Amino acid sequence: MDQTAPIPPFARTYRYDGIDRDFLAARIAEFRGQVDRRLAGALTEDEFKPLRLMNGLYLQLHAYMLRIAIPYGVLDARQLRQLAMIARRWDRGFGHFTTRQNIQFNWTKLEDVGAMLEALAAVDMHAIQTSGNCVRNVTTDEFAGAAADELVDPRVYAEILRQWSTLHPEFAHLPRKFKIAITGAPHDRVAAKVHDVGVIARRNAEGAVGFEVWVGGGLGRTPIVGTRLREFVPEADFLAYLEAVLRVYNALGQRENIYRARIKLLVRDLGEAFSRLVEEEFAAMPQGRYRLAPEVVRAIAGHFAPPPFAMLENDPPRHRRALEAHADFAAWAGNSTHPHRMPGYASVVISLKPIGGIPGDASADQMDAVADLAEAYSFGEIRVSHVQNLVLPHVRQEDLHALWLGLRAQGLATPNVGLITDIIACPGMDYCALATARSIPVAQRISERFASLDRQLDIGTLHLNISGCINACGHHHVGHIGLLGVDKRGEEVYQITLGGSATNDAAIGDLIGPAFSYDAVVDAVENLVRTYVAHRQPGEAFKATYRRIGAEPFREALYGAA
Amino acid sequence: MSAPAKLRPVTAPLVVTANHLRSGRVVWLDAEGGWSERLGAARLFAPEATAEAAMAGQAGERALLVVGAYAVEVALKGGTPSPLKFRERLRAGGPSIAAEPRPSIAAEPRPSIAAEPRQPLPLAS
Repeated sequence: MDQTAPIPPFARTYRYDGIDRDFLAARIAEFRGQVDRRLAGALTEDEFKPLRLMNGLYLQLHAYMLRIAIPYGVLDARQLRQLAMIARRWDRGFGHFTTRQNIQFNWTKLEDVGAMLEALAAVDMHAIQTSGNCVRNVTTDEFAGAAADELVDPRVYAEILRQWSTLHPEFAHLPRKFKIAITGAPHDRVAAKVHDVGVIARRNAEGAVGFEVWVGGGLGRTPIVGTRLREFVPEADFLAYLEAVLRVYNALGQRENIYRARIKLLVRDLGEAFSRLVEEEFAAMPQGRYRLAPEVVRAIAGHFAPPPFAMLENDPPRHRRALEAHADFAAWAGNSTHPHRMPGYASVVISLKPIGGIPGDASADQMDAVADLAEAYSFGEIRVSHVQNLVLPHVRQEDLHALWLGLRAQGLATPNVGLITDIIACPGMDYCALATARSIPVAQRISERFASLDRQLDIGTLHLNISGCINACGHHHVGHIGLLGVDKRGEEVYQITLGGSATNDAAIGDLIGPAFSYDAVVDAVENLVRTYVAHRQPGEAFKATYRRIGAEPFREALYGAA
Repeated sequence: MSAPAKLRPVTAPLVVTANHLRSGRVVWLDAEGGWSERLGAARLFAPEATAEAAMAGQAGERALLVVGAYAVEVALKGGTPSPLKFRERLRAGGPSIAAEPRPSIAAEPRPSIAAEPRQPLPLAS
């Protein structure tokens, strides 16, 4: 891509240049032609399906679904407004933010897709590589460029990975889909260890950027916590090393059996040999050709230059007074803000989990409102988190109360971030053609059961994740409490796993026992929470209590004494 | 290699369903040979007419009207077909949820929080 293109002054997202735009226009024209040929009968569905999937178009239970890439979860206000427009004009007035930091429209018509893609391209967005056996949208920390604990801005390298992997000719037909997450903070907020490749960017003693590379993590049918391949890959070798990983996978990954095709199974089966093969491949590559040049990194980093922060003090009087005067605001601020690297600023998490609502859904009006608030208070920047919330990364602490009022007016000030009602849930059988059970109504019922904020705060940090099938888009394996909906002789039942974690102490939850019916599963969650409350030590969160006392007290609470 | 799954014999009446090619909406083959979004309009096939039902669905695909046609077993309730499988009932009725975002109401904190305000923002490092 043309790295000399001028960067518009308002940009904190990657801005397309002429080459990007020309490519995208050609790609849309190509897909429009493919749609026309399908509608005219020149392509069968079998022929058309892989073509539409390459452009993010699925056929789900009730309609086509368009999955749009939000590169590493970063949006600007203009883009969010365009998504709102698309929702109104071609869908049903809302969209669903996913655990891959993407957005999905669930009621797409095939004949509208070309126009939708053109509307996306107008704001430097597309739906390419949101499906198929390719490198998918690279995900990163929703607080990137803002977090107080950040060592390296991961957006720069996520964008480099995006450019490297987009239409990479070697990796267009991998054995299976491939998901990369990258963080630049010591606190893993991207679930790095349960991705095909997880990257932790850091600096060495000399201050040089390098990357800890984990490989072979994943959820789905065979959940596995990844293996660390390298502790520090120098920046210059970053692309070459990942290319070596992909090459080994591409060459040796299974293609005959879809259930054994992910890289995690290759890594597991090969053990130490996988690392050796990657190192051999890496050593054999022409290093000069694959070297990530500092000038390229600098050019990309220019797109993510810090906004013009003011020099402020922490805890300003106006914010302090608002906290003292408005208890409901204080409650929201207590769990919806994240420490910022600049004094006087905070990052704000906008919960898309209203009590009884659909996790991750936002209406077009809400999207417009968030875009307005982002422009007013956060330099026009918005992030999508893999927990299905939105983030305004750069908000002055003194503006938090005004922002909260604006969010509350739109039903976007639910003060439940990180609490039991901040549920991750996949679309489940209400939308998804692969699902074996519903997820959303289970999330809604649990949310309503635990609606009391007092109770949620008393329970404390508790991540409850729900998937409607074994593919685990709802990340149930790494929930402190995980629910997996399955079909048992025509009935929806829900398996429960406990003790999972998606962060630094990544762990796959333990299956606790026989599944519960749709009607009984909320009471089962209630029992688990009560058991935790009865056994916890002061200040001890659910995950810690579970790890301390083990599964047995919870099992006994659910099934009675053995 | 594992043994092929045993197919349960069809014992209930059948209807033919698919997704509309252009809109993607769930449709049902009706008595006139068209495709309706109303399950109530669906043509019924006898349980032993699985081949005929399949051929009727394939004809809709060939005519570029629908995609992914297949037959579904139904029970007749007051003369109205109702799919035996939950998934198909969900397809027929649409999502089981109010499919639009709900504003936050119940989660707004109550005054009782006032006595114990949460920690103010941690200081940035």
